[in-house]
Amino acid sequence: MNTSVKIAGVTFQNPVMTASGTFGSGLEYSEFVDLNALGAVVTKGVSNVPWKGNETPRIAETYGGMLNAIGLQNPGIDVFIERDVPFLRSFNTNIIVNVCGKSTEDYIEVVERLTKKEADLLEINISCPNVKEGGIAFGQNPKMVEEITSVLKKHAALPLIMKLSPNVTDITATAKAAEAGGADAISLINTLTGMKIDINKRKFLLGNKTGGLSGPAIKPVALRMVYQASHAVTIPVIGMGGICSGEDALEFIMAGATGVAVGTANFMDPYATIKTIVGIESFMKKNQIGDINELIGCVEENNRPFGGCM
Amino acid sequence: MNIVKQAAEVICNDQISEGVYDMWLKNMMISHAAPGQFVSVYCKDGSRILPRPISICETDRTNKRFRLVYRVLGEGTKELSRVKKGETIEVMGPLGNGFSIDRTGHAILIGGGIGIPPMVELAKTLQCKKTIVLGYRDAVFLKEAFEGLCEIVIATDDGSTGIKGTVIDAIREKNITGDMIYACGPTPMLRGVKALAEQLGIPAQLSLEERMACGIGACLACVCKSKDKDEHTNVNNKRICKEGPVFFADQIEL
Repeated sequence: MNTSVKIAGVTFQNPVMTASGTFGSGLEYSEFVDLNALGAVVTKGVSNVPWKGNETPRIAETYGGMLNAIGLQNPGIDVFIERDVPFLRSFNTNIIVNVCGKSTEDYIEVVERLTKKEADLLEINISCPNVKEGGIAFGQNPKMVEEITSVLKKHAALPLIMKLSPNVTDITATAKAAEAGGADAISLINTLTGMKIDINKRKFLLGNKTGGLSGPAIKPVALRMVYQASHAVTIPVIGMGGICSGEDALEFIMAGATGVAVGTANFMDPYATIKTIVGIESFMKKNQIGDINELIGCVEENNRPFGGCM
Repeated sequence: MNIVKQAAEVICNDQISEGVYDMWLKNMMISHAAPGQFVSVYCKDGSRILPRPISICETDRTNKRFRLVYRVLGEGTKELSRVKKGETIEVMGPLGNGFSIDRTGHAILIGGGIGIPPMVELAKTLQCKKTIVLGYRDAVFLKEAFEGLCEIVIATDDGSTGIKGTVIDAIREKNITGDMIYACGPTPMLRGVKALAEQLGIPAQLSLEERMACGIGACLACVCKSKDKDEHTNVNNKRICKEGPVFFADQIEL
Protein backbone atom coordinates (compact mmCIF):
# COMPACT_ATOMS: atom_id res chain seq x y z
CA MET A 1 0.00 0.00 0.00
CA ASN A 2 1.46 3.36 -1.01
CA THR A 3 0.57 6.39 1.08
CA SER A 4 3.30 8.65 -0.23
CA VAL A 5 2.54 11.74 -2.25
CA LYS A 6 4.69 14.29 -4.06
CA ILE A 7 4.35 18.02 -3.67
CA ALA A 8 6.67 20.36 -5.58
CA GLY A 9 9.11 17.51 -6.20
CA VAL A 10 9.32 16.64 -2.49
CA THR A 11 8.18 13.20 -1.38
CA PHE A 12 5.93 12.97 1.68
CA GLN A 13 5.65 9.53 3.29
CA ASN A 14 1.98 10.28 3.78
CA PRO A 15 -0.20 13.30 3.04
CA VAL A 16 -0.78 14.23 6.69
CA MET A 17 0.93 17.29 8.09
CA THR A 18 0.32 19.74 10.89
CA ALA A 19 -1.42 23.05 10.32
CA SER A 20 0.69 26.08 11.11
CA GLY A 21 0.22 27.60 14.54
CA THR A 22 -1.36 24.57 16.13
CA PHE A 23 1.75 22.47 16.67
CA GLY A 24 4.51 24.94 17.58
CA SER A 25 7.73 23.55 16.15
CA GLY A 26 6.74 20.06 17.23
CA LEU A 27 8.58 20.01 20.55
CA GLU A 28 5.54 20.05 22.84
CA TYR A 29 3.59 17.49 20.81
CA SER A 30 6.58 15.15 20.46
CA GLU A 31 5.67 13.93 23.97
CA PHE A 32 2.55 12.42 22.42
CA VAL A 33 3.30 11.91 18.73
CA ASP A 34 6.22 10.23 16.97
CA LEU A 35 7.10 13.03 14.55
CA ASN A 36 8.76 10.42 12.31
CA ALA A 37 5.28 9.22 11.40
CA LEU A 38 4.10 12.54 9.95
CA GLY A 39 4.21 13.60 6.32
CA ALA A 40 5.53 16.96 7.46
CA VAL A 41 5.67 19.29 10.39
CA VAL A 42 4.46 22.73 9.37
CA THR A 43 5.84 25.19 11.87
CA LYS A 44 4.15 28.12 13.52
CA GLY A 45 4.73 31.35 11.57
CA VAL A 46 8.30 32.64 11.69
CA SER A 47 9.13 36.31 11.14
CA ASN A 48 12.42 38.19 10.68
CA VAL A 49 12.46 39.45 14.28
CA PRO A 50 10.62 38.23 17.42
CA TRP A 51 6.94 39.15 17.55
CA LYS A 52 5.11 39.62 20.85
CA GLY A 53 1.66 38.76 19.58
CA ASN A 54 -1.67 40.20 20.72
CA GLU A 55 -3.20 41.03 24.09
CA THR A 56 -4.97 38.25 25.97
CA PRO A 57 -7.50 36.69 25.93
CA ARG A 58 -6.24 35.22 22.69
CA ILE A 59 -8.69 32.38 22.45
CA ALA A 60 -12.42 31.73 22.69
CA GLU A 61 -14.38 28.56 22.14
CA THR A 62 -17.32 28.66 19.76
CA TYR A 63 -19.86 25.99 18.81
CA GLY A 64 -17.78 23.19 17.26
CA GLY A 65 -14.86 25.51 16.80
CA MET A 66 -12.69 28.20 18.29
CA LEU A 67 -11.52 31.71 17.63
CA ASN A 68 -7.88 32.62 18.02
CA ALA A 69 -6.05 35.90 17.87
CA ILE A 70 -2.57 34.92 18.96
CA GLY A 71 -1.05 37.49 16.64
CA LEU A 72 1.79 35.29 15.41
CA GLN A 73 3.92 35.45 18.55
CA ASN A 74 7.21 33.85 17.56
CA PRO A 75 10.90 34.07 18.44
CA GLY A 76 12.05 35.14 14.98
CA ILE A 77 14.21 33.41 12.41
CA ASP A 78 17.49 33.47 14.40
CA VAL A 79 16.17 31.48 17.35
CA PHE A 80 14.14 29.32 15.01
CA ILE A 81 17.21 28.24 13.03
CA GLU A 82 19.34 27.84 16.12
CA ARG A 83 16.86 25.95 18.29
CA ASP A 84 13.92 24.56 16.34
CA VAL A 85 15.58 23.42 13.13
CA PRO A 86 18.09 21.04 14.80
CA PHE A 87 15.23 19.57 16.84
CA LEU A 88 13.04 19.02 13.78
CA ARG A 89 15.93 17.74 11.66
CA SER A 90 16.46 14.94 14.19
CA PHE A 91 13.26 13.38 12.84
CA ASN A 92 12.60 11.71 9.54
CA THR A 93 9.87 14.05 8.38
CA ASN A 94 9.63 17.04 6.06
CA ILE A 95 9.92 20.49 7.53
CA ILE A 96 7.68 23.18 6.14
CA VAL A 97 8.43 26.59 7.59
CA ASN A 98 5.52 28.96 7.72
CA VAL A 99 6.80 32.46 6.99
CA CYS A 100 5.05 35.63 8.12
CA GLY A 101 5.86 39.29 7.70
CA LYS A 102 4.54 42.83 7.80
CA SER A 103 6.13 43.90 4.53
CA THR A 104 7.53 42.24 1.43
CA GLU A 105 11.03 42.94 2.79
CA ASP A 106 10.21 41.10 6.02
CA TYR A 107 9.14 38.02 4.08
CA ILE A 108 12.26 38.18 1.88
CA GLU A 109 14.52 38.37 4.91
CA VAL A 110 13.12 35.13 6.31
CA VAL A 111 12.84 33.32 2.99
CA GLU A 112 16.49 34.01 2.19
CA ARG A 113 17.63 32.42 5.45
CA LEU A 114 16.04 29.07 4.70
CA THR A 115 17.80 26.56 2.50
CA LYS A 116 17.66 22.80 2.04
CA LYS A 117 19.66 22.44 5.22
CA GLU A 118 16.98 24.06 7.37
CA ALA A 119 13.75 23.05 5.67
CA ASP A 120 12.11 21.25 2.76
CA LEU A 121 9.42 23.68 1.73
CA LEU A 122 8.19 27.14 2.69
CA GLU A 123 4.62 28.10 3.37
CA ILE A 124 3.99 31.81 2.98
CA ASN A 125 1.36 33.14 5.34
CA ILE A 126 -0.47 35.84 3.41
CA SER A 127 -3.69 35.10 5.19
CA CYS A 128 -3.38 35.67 8.93
CA PRO A 129 -6.42 37.69 10.02
CA ASN A 130 -4.88 38.68 13.36
CA VAL A 131 -2.07 41.03 12.47
CA LYS A 132 -2.70 44.59 11.40
CA GLU A 133 -0.08 44.83 8.70
CA GLY A 134 0.97 42.18 6.22
CA GLY A 135 -0.74 38.87 6.67
CA ILE A 136 -4.20 38.96 5.20
CA ALA A 137 -3.62 42.32 3.50
CA PHE A 138 -1.47 40.49 0.98
CA GLY A 139 -3.86 37.60 0.65
CA GLN A 140 -7.16 39.21 -0.26
CA ASN A 141 -6.18 40.93 -3.47
CA PRO A 142 -5.27 38.62 -6.36
CA LYS A 143 -2.88 41.19 -7.83
CA MET A 144 -0.96 41.41 -4.58
CA VAL A 145 -0.96 37.62 -4.20
CA GLU A 146 0.63 37.25 -7.61
CA GLU A 147 3.12 40.02 -6.94
CA ILE A 148 4.36 38.79 -3.58
CA THR A 149 4.51 35.23 -4.88
CA SER A 150 6.69 36.17 -7.82
CA VAL A 151 8.97 38.34 -5.67
CA LEU A 152 9.46 35.64 -3.04
CA LYS A 153 9.91 32.98 -5.71
CA LYS A 154 13.01 34.88 -6.87
CA HIS A 155 14.47 34.86 -3.37
CA ALA A 156 13.48 31.36 -2.29
CA ALA A 157 15.82 28.39 -2.44
CA LEU A 158 12.96 26.08 -1.50
CA PRO A 159 9.58 25.29 -3.07
CA LEU A 160 6.94 27.85 -2.21
CA ILE A 161 3.49 27.07 -0.86
CA MET A 162 1.19 30.09 -0.70
CA LYS A 163 -1.32 29.84 2.14
CA LEU A 164 -4.59 31.34 1.06
CA SER A 165 -7.27 33.15 3.00
CA PRO A 166 -10.91 32.06 2.92
CA ASN A 167 -11.92 35.66 3.62
CA VAL A 168 -12.38 36.38 -0.07
CA THR A 169 -15.31 36.36 -2.47
CA ASP A 170 -13.64 34.10 -5.02
CA ILE A 171 -11.03 31.63 -3.83
CA THR A 172 -10.22 30.61 -7.41
CA ALA A 173 -8.99 34.14 -8.15
CA THR A 174 -6.35 34.10 -5.40
CA ALA A 175 -5.49 30.48 -6.15
CA LYS A 176 -4.88 31.32 -9.80
CA ALA A 177 -2.92 34.42 -8.81
CA ALA A 178 -0.58 32.33 -6.67
CA GLU A 179 -0.06 29.92 -9.52
CA ALA A 180 0.55 32.78 -11.96
CA GLY A 181 3.13 34.21 -9.55
CA GLY A 182 5.04 30.95 -9.67
CA ALA A 183 3.86 29.18 -6.51
CA ASP A 184 4.80 25.50 -6.35
CA ALA A 185 1.69 24.67 -4.32
CA ILE A 186 -1.12 26.34 -2.43
CA SER A 187 -2.51 25.55 1.00
CA LEU A 188 -5.94 26.48 2.28
CA ILE A 189 -7.85 27.47 4.23
CA ASN A 190 -6.49 29.77 6.88
CA THR A 191 -9.04 30.80 9.51
CA LEU A 192 -12.28 32.66 8.84
CA THR A 193 -12.48 36.03 10.56
CA GLY A 194 -14.99 35.93 13.40
CA MET A 195 -16.04 37.48 16.69
CA LYS A 196 -17.57 36.61 20.07
CA ILE A 197 -19.20 38.89 22.64
CA ASP A 198 -19.61 38.27 26.38
CA ILE A 199 -23.15 39.56 26.92
CA ASN A 200 -22.76 39.81 30.70
CA LYS A 201 -19.70 42.02 30.48
CA ARG A 202 -20.78 43.60 27.18
CA LYS A 203 -17.25 43.03 25.98
CA PHE A 204 -15.51 41.21 23.15
CA LEU A 205 -14.11 37.90 24.33
CA LEU A 206 -10.86 38.37 22.46
CA GLY A 207 -8.34 41.06 23.30
CA ASN A 208 -8.07 41.64 19.56
CA LYS A 209 -11.90 41.89 19.14
CA THR A 210 -11.78 39.66 16.07
CA GLY A 211 -10.11 36.31 15.64
CA GLY A 212 -9.76 33.44 13.24
CA LEU A 213 -12.38 30.71 13.36
CA SER A 214 -11.11 27.14 13.07
CA GLY A 215 -12.12 23.61 13.99
CA PRO A 216 -14.85 21.21 12.87
CA ALA A 217 -17.33 24.08 12.40
CA ILE A 218 -15.46 25.35 9.33
CA LYS A 219 -14.87 22.02 7.59
CA PRO A 220 -17.64 22.26 4.98
CA VAL A 221 -16.49 25.73 3.93
CA ALA A 222 -12.88 24.60 3.75
CA LEU A 223 -13.77 21.53 1.74
CA ARG A 224 -15.77 23.57 -0.76
CA MET A 225 -12.88 26.00 -1.19
CA VAL A 226 -10.30 23.24 -1.56
CA TYR A 227 -12.49 21.66 -4.22
CA GLN A 228 -12.88 24.93 -6.09
CA ALA A 229 -9.20 25.88 -5.82
CA SER A 230 -7.90 22.49 -6.87
CA HIS A 231 -10.04 22.66 -9.98
CA ALA A 232 -8.79 26.16 -10.77
CA VAL A 233 -5.05 25.42 -10.70
CA THR A 234 -2.69 22.68 -11.81
CA ILE A 235 -0.25 22.98 -8.88
CA PRO A 236 -0.83 20.73 -5.84
CA VAL A 237 -3.22 21.80 -3.13
CA ILE A 238 -2.79 21.17 0.59
CA GLY A 239 -6.19 21.13 2.24
CA MET A 240 -7.04 22.05 5.81
CA GLY A 241 -9.88 23.36 7.90
CA GLY A 242 -11.50 21.29 10.62
CA ILE A 243 -9.83 17.97 9.79
CA CYS A 244 -10.13 15.69 12.84
CA SER A 245 -10.01 12.18 11.42
CA GLY A 246 -9.03 9.96 8.52
CA GLU A 247 -12.55 10.37 7.13
CA ASP A 248 -12.25 14.15 7.19
CA ALA A 249 -8.84 13.99 5.52
CA LEU A 250 -10.18 11.67 2.82
CA GLU A 251 -12.93 14.14 2.00
CA PHE A 252 -10.29 16.78 1.28
CA ILE A 253 -8.20 14.33 -0.74
CA MET A 254 -11.20 13.27 -2.80
CA ALA A 255 -12.03 16.96 -3.32
CA GLY A 256 -8.60 17.41 -4.88
CA ALA A 257 -6.04 17.90 -2.11
CA THR A 258 -2.67 16.17 -2.44
CA GLY A 259 -1.76 16.93 1.16
CA VAL A 260 -3.88 17.54 4.24
CA ALA A 261 -3.18 19.30 7.51
CA VAL A 262 -4.49 18.65 10.99
CA GLY A 263 -4.75 21.84 13.03
CA THR A 264 -7.24 22.66 15.76
CA ALA A 265 -7.85 18.92 16.23
CA ASN A 266 -4.45 18.77 17.97
CA PHE A 267 -6.01 20.79 20.80
CA MET A 268 -8.97 18.43 20.94
CA ASP A 269 -6.68 15.41 21.04
CA PRO A 270 -2.86 15.51 20.96
CA TYR A 271 -2.89 12.23 19.03
CA ALA A 272 -5.10 13.64 16.24
CA THR A 273 -2.38 13.59 13.55
CA ILE A 274 -1.57 9.93 14.14
CA LYS A 275 -5.23 8.96 14.31
CA THR A 276 -5.76 10.70 10.97
CA ILE A 277 -2.93 8.73 9.36
CA VAL A 278 -4.24 5.45 10.79
CA GLY A 279 -7.76 6.32 9.62
CA ILE A 280 -6.60 6.91 6.05
CA GLU A 281 -4.66 3.65 6.03
CA SER A 282 -7.53 1.59 7.36
CA PHE A 283 -9.89 3.08 4.77
CA MET A 284 -7.40 2.17 2.05
CA LYS A 285 -7.07 -1.39 3.38
CA LYS A 286 -10.80 -1.85 3.72
CA ASN A 287 -11.42 -0.56 0.21
CA GLN A 288 -8.38 -2.26 -1.29
CA ILE A 289 -6.79 0.92 -2.52
CA GLY A 290 -3.16 0.30 -3.39
CA ASP A 291 -2.10 3.90 -3.89
CA ILE A 292 -3.42 7.00 -2.18
CA ASN A 293 -2.78 8.98 -5.35
CA GLU A 294 -5.78 7.16 -6.87
CA LEU A 295 -7.99 9.00 -4.40
CA ILE A 296 -6.80 12.55 -5.10
CA GLY A 297 -9.68 14.42 -6.71
CA CYS A 298 -11.64 11.21 -7.25
CA VAL A 299 -14.98 12.63 -6.14
CA GLU A 300 -17.54 11.87 -8.82
CA GLU A 301 -18.74 14.91 -10.65
CA ASN A 302 -22.36 15.48 -11.54
CA ASN A 303 -24.08 18.35 -13.20
CA ARG A 304 -25.24 20.15 -10.10
CA PRO A 305 -23.84 23.65 -9.95
CA PHE A 306 -22.17 25.21 -6.92
CA GLY A 307 -24.00 26.85 -4.08
CA GLY A 308 -26.42 24.09 -3.16
CA CYS A 309 -28.98 25.11 -5.80
CA MET A 310 -31.44 22.31 -6.32
CA MET B 1 7.17 14.05 35.00
CA ASN B 2 5.44 12.56 31.99
CA ILE B 3 2.16 13.99 30.81
CA VAL B 4 -0.54 11.49 30.00
CA LYS B 5 -3.80 11.86 28.13
CA GLN B 6 -6.06 9.07 29.24
CA ALA B 7 -9.56 8.09 30.17
CA ALA B 8 -9.94 8.37 33.93
CA GLU B 9 -12.65 6.68 35.94
CA VAL B 10 -14.84 8.93 38.03
CA ILE B 11 -14.99 7.68 41.62
CA CYS B 12 -17.42 10.35 42.82
CA ASN B 13 -18.78 13.68 41.63
CA ASP B 14 -20.88 15.51 44.19
CA GLN B 15 -22.09 19.04 44.69
CA ILE B 16 -20.52 20.50 47.83
CA SER B 17 -21.80 24.04 47.52
CA GLU B 18 -24.04 25.98 45.12
CA GLY B 19 -22.49 25.26 41.71
CA VAL B 20 -19.30 23.77 43.19
CA TYR B 21 -18.53 20.11 42.59
CA ASP B 22 -16.10 17.68 44.17
CA MET B 23 -14.80 14.92 41.90
CA TRP B 24 -12.29 12.14 42.52
CA LEU B 25 -10.74 10.41 39.51
CA LYS B 26 -8.57 7.37 39.13
CA ASN B 27 -5.24 7.85 37.34
CA MET B 28 -1.87 6.64 38.49
CA MET B 29 0.30 9.23 36.71
CA ILE B 30 -1.79 12.21 37.68
CA SER B 31 -1.91 11.03 41.31
CA HIS B 32 1.80 11.95 41.39
CA ALA B 33 1.12 15.61 40.55
CA ALA B 34 2.83 18.35 42.54
CA PRO B 35 0.81 21.00 44.39
CA GLY B 36 -0.32 23.69 41.96
CA GLN B 37 -0.32 21.56 38.82
CA PHE B 38 -3.49 21.23 36.75
CA VAL B 39 -5.24 18.93 34.31
CA SER B 40 -7.05 19.48 31.02
CA VAL B 41 -10.52 17.94 31.09
CA TYR B 42 -12.11 17.08 27.74
CA CYS B 43 -15.83 17.29 27.08
CA LYS B 44 -17.73 14.48 25.42
CA ASP B 45 -20.03 16.83 23.51
CA GLY B 46 -18.35 17.51 20.17
CA SER B 47 -19.56 21.10 20.09
CA ARG B 48 -17.13 21.87 22.93
CA ILE B 49 -13.78 21.23 21.39
CA LEU B 50 -11.31 22.68 23.88
CA PRO B 51 -10.28 21.02 27.12
CA ARG B 52 -11.06 22.82 30.38
CA PRO B 53 -8.00 23.56 32.53
CA ILE B 54 -8.80 22.67 36.15
CA SER B 55 -6.34 22.78 39.03
CA ILE B 56 -5.71 19.62 41.02
CA CYS B 57 -7.16 19.93 44.51
CA GLU B 58 -5.57 16.93 46.11
CA THR B 59 -3.82 13.67 45.24
CA ASP B 60 -3.85 10.23 46.82
CA ARG B 61 -0.87 8.27 45.54
CA THR B 62 -1.66 5.20 47.60
CA ASN B 63 -4.99 4.76 45.89
CA LYS B 64 -3.82 6.28 42.55
CA ARG B 65 -6.50 8.96 42.67
CA PHE B 66 -6.74 12.71 42.34
CA ARG B 67 -9.37 15.25 43.25
CA LEU B 68 -10.86 18.17 41.33
CA VAL B 69 -13.07 20.76 42.94
CA TYR B 70 -14.57 22.96 40.25
CA ARG B 71 -17.27 25.54 39.74
CA VAL B 72 -19.90 25.22 37.02
CA LEU B 73 -19.31 28.30 34.89
CA GLY B 74 -20.45 27.33 31.42
CA GLU B 75 -21.67 24.46 29.31
CA GLY B 76 -18.43 22.48 29.62
CA THR B 77 -18.33 22.43 33.40
CA LYS B 78 -22.10 21.82 33.40
CA GLU B 79 -21.48 18.70 31.32
CA LEU B 80 -18.73 17.69 33.75
CA SER B 81 -21.06 18.11 36.72
CA ARG B 82 -23.44 15.56 35.19
CA VAL B 83 -20.84 12.81 34.87
CA LYS B 84 -21.79 9.83 37.01
CA LYS B 85 -19.68 7.64 39.28
CA GLY B 86 -18.18 4.78 37.27
CA GLU B 87 -18.10 6.71 33.97
CA THR B 88 -14.82 7.82 32.45
CA ILE B 89 -13.70 11.20 31.20
CA GLU B 90 -10.63 12.09 29.14
CA VAL B 91 -8.00 14.01 31.05
CA MET B 92 -4.50 15.20 30.26
CA GLY B 93 -1.96 15.93 32.94
CA PRO B 94 -0.31 16.69 35.17
CA LEU B 95 0.31 20.04 33.45
CA GLY B 96 2.40 23.08 34.27
CA ASN B 97 4.67 23.61 37.24
CA GLY B 98 3.44 23.67 40.76
CA PHE B 99 4.41 25.88 43.68
CA SER B 100 8.04 26.07 44.80
CA ILE B 101 7.94 24.53 48.22
CA ASP B 102 9.67 26.44 51.00
CA ARG B 103 9.71 24.22 54.07
CA THR B 104 10.96 26.84 56.48
CA GLY B 105 9.32 29.70 58.31
CA HIS B 106 5.66 30.65 58.25
CA ALA B 107 3.67 30.10 55.09
CA ILE B 108 0.63 32.20 54.24
CA LEU B 109 -1.74 30.43 51.89
CA ILE B 110 -4.41 32.55 50.23
CA GLY B 111 -7.27 31.06 48.26
CA GLY B 112 -10.10 33.01 46.69
CA GLY B 113 -13.27 31.24 45.54
CA ILE B 114 -12.52 28.50 43.06
CA GLY B 115 -8.82 29.29 43.59
CA ILE B 116 -9.07 27.53 46.95
CA PRO B 117 -8.88 23.88 45.77
CA PRO B 118 -5.13 23.75 44.84
CA MET B 119 -4.36 25.04 48.33
CA VAL B 120 -5.43 21.70 49.78
CA GLU B 121 -2.56 19.69 48.30
CA LEU B 122 -0.20 22.55 49.07
CA ALA B 123 -1.30 22.63 52.71
CA LYS B 124 -0.76 18.87 52.92
CA THR B 125 2.72 19.17 51.43
CA LEU B 126 4.07 22.15 53.35
CA GLN B 127 5.64 20.94 56.58
CA CYS B 128 5.97 24.26 58.33
CA LYS B 129 3.87 26.71 60.28
CA LYS B 130 1.05 27.80 57.99
CA THR B 131 -2.02 30.01 57.92
CA ILE B 132 -4.66 29.79 55.23
CA VAL B 133 -6.83 32.74 54.35
CA LEU B 134 -9.96 31.63 52.54
CA GLY B 135 -12.03 34.15 50.63
CA TYR B 136 -15.61 33.54 49.51
CA ARG B 137 -18.41 35.56 48.04
CA ASP B 138 -20.89 33.94 50.44
CA ALA B 139 -21.08 30.15 50.91
CA VAL B 140 -18.05 28.47 52.48
CA PHE B 141 -16.68 25.24 50.99
CA LEU B 142 -13.57 23.07 51.45
CA LYS B 143 -12.87 24.60 54.86
CA GLU B 144 -12.81 21.15 56.45
CA ALA B 145 -9.94 20.10 54.16
CA PHE B 146 -7.65 22.53 56.00
CA GLU B 147 -8.71 21.65 59.54
CA GLY B 148 -5.79 20.20 61.47
CA LEU B 149 -3.39 21.32 58.74
CA CYS B 150 -3.25 25.08 59.24
CA GLU B 151 -4.61 28.02 61.09
CA ILE B 152 -7.75 29.04 59.16
CA VAL B 153 -8.95 32.60 58.57
CA ILE B 154 -12.13 33.20 56.58
CA ALA B 155 -13.33 36.29 54.76
CA THR B 156 -16.66 36.60 52.97
CA ASP B 157 -17.92 39.43 50.79
CA ASP B 158 -21.29 39.37 52.52
CA GLY B 159 -19.89 38.87 56.02
CA SER B 160 -21.90 35.67 56.54
CA THR B 161 -18.80 33.86 57.83
CA GLY B 162 -15.59 35.28 59.32
CA ILE B 163 -14.41 38.73 58.42
CA LYS B 164 -16.58 40.82 56.11
CA GLY B 165 -14.43 41.79 53.17
CA THR B 166 -11.68 40.39 51.00
CA VAL B 167 -8.75 38.13 51.87
CA ILE B 168 -6.58 41.26 51.88
CA ASP B 169 -8.90 42.90 54.43
CA ALA B 170 -8.63 39.77 56.57
CA ILE B 171 -4.83 39.70 56.42
CA ARG B 172 -4.65 43.36 57.43
CA GLU B 173 -7.21 43.03 60.18
CA LYS B 174 -5.49 39.98 61.69
CA ASN B 175 -2.00 41.35 61.09
CA ILE B 176 -1.00 38.11 59.45
CA THR B 177 2.61 38.01 58.40
CA GLY B 178 5.01 35.29 57.35
CA ASP B 179 7.89 34.27 55.10
CA MET B 180 6.20 33.10 51.90
CA ILE B 181 2.81 33.75 50.33
CA TYR B 182 1.13 31.17 48.11
CA ALA B 183 -2.02 32.42 46.37
CA CYS B 184 -4.62 31.30 43.87
CA GLY B 185 -7.81 33.12 42.98
CA PRO B 186 -9.37 35.65 40.63
CA THR B 187 -7.01 38.16 38.99
CA PRO B 188 -8.23 41.19 41.03
CA MET B 189 -7.44 39.24 44.22
CA LEU B 190 -4.00 38.28 42.88
CA ARG B 191 -3.31 41.93 42.09
CA GLY B 192 -4.15 42.74 45.68
CA VAL B 193 -1.90 39.96 46.94
CA LYS B 194 0.96 41.16 44.73
CA ALA B 195 0.63 44.70 46.11
CA LEU B 196 0.38 43.43 49.68
CA ALA B 197 3.42 41.18 49.27
CA GLU B 198 5.45 44.10 47.94
CA GLN B 199 4.35 46.27 50.83
CA LEU B 200 5.15 43.62 53.45
CA GLY B 201 8.35 42.56 51.69
CA ILE B 202 7.29 38.92 51.55
CA PRO B 203 7.92 36.82 48.44
CA ALA B 204 4.66 35.62 46.87
CA GLN B 205 3.83 32.84 44.46
CA LEU B 206 0.70 33.39 42.40
CA SER B 207 -1.19 30.77 40.44
CA LEU B 208 -2.65 32.40 37.32
CA GLU B 209 -5.56 31.54 35.10
CA GLU B 210 -6.13 32.28 31.42
CA ARG B 211 -8.11 30.82 28.54
CA MET B 212 -6.13 27.94 27.08
CA ALA B 213 -6.28 25.76 24.00
CA CYS B 214 -3.49 23.17 23.89
CA GLY B 215 -2.49 23.19 27.58
CA ILE B 216 1.08 22.12 26.77
CA GLY B 217 2.80 25.26 25.52
CA ALA B 218 2.32 24.97 21.77
CA CYS B 219 -0.46 27.41 20.88
CA LEU B 220 0.73 30.48 22.84
CA ALA B 221 -2.80 31.47 23.83
CA CYS B 222 -2.34 31.71 27.60
CA VAL B 223 0.57 34.09 28.01
CA CYS B 224 1.17 36.63 30.75
CA LYS B 225 3.55 39.59 30.72
CA SER B 226 6.79 38.65 32.47
CA LYS B 227 9.76 40.60 33.79
CA ASP B 228 12.29 38.24 32.24
CA LYS B 229 12.41 36.96 28.69
CA ASP B 230 10.36 33.81 28.26
CA GLU B 231 12.13 30.67 27.16
CA HIS B 232 9.91 30.18 24.11
CA THR B 233 9.83 33.52 22.28
CA ASN B 234 12.20 35.81 24.25
CA VAL B 235 9.58 38.55 24.35
CA ASN B 236 8.56 38.68 28.04
CA ASN B 237 5.48 36.56 27.44
CA LYS B 238 5.50 33.53 29.69
CA ARG B 239 3.16 30.66 28.94
CA ILE B 240 0.82 30.11 31.88
CA CYS B 241 0.27 26.46 30.95
CA LYS B 242 3.97 25.67 30.57
CA GLU B 243 6.21 28.00 32.63
CA GLY B 244 3.29 28.60 34.99
CA PRO B 245 0.63 28.48 36.19
CA VAL B 246 2.56 29.52 39.32
CA PHE B 247 4.84 32.55 39.10
CA PHE B 248 6.64 34.66 41.68
CA ALA B 249 4.70 37.91 41.95
CA ASP B 250 7.72 40.09 41.17
CA GLN B 251 8.27 38.19 37.91
CA ILE B 252 4.97 39.06 36.27
CA GLU B 253 2.63 41.93 35.47
CA LEU B 254 -1.02 41.51 36.31
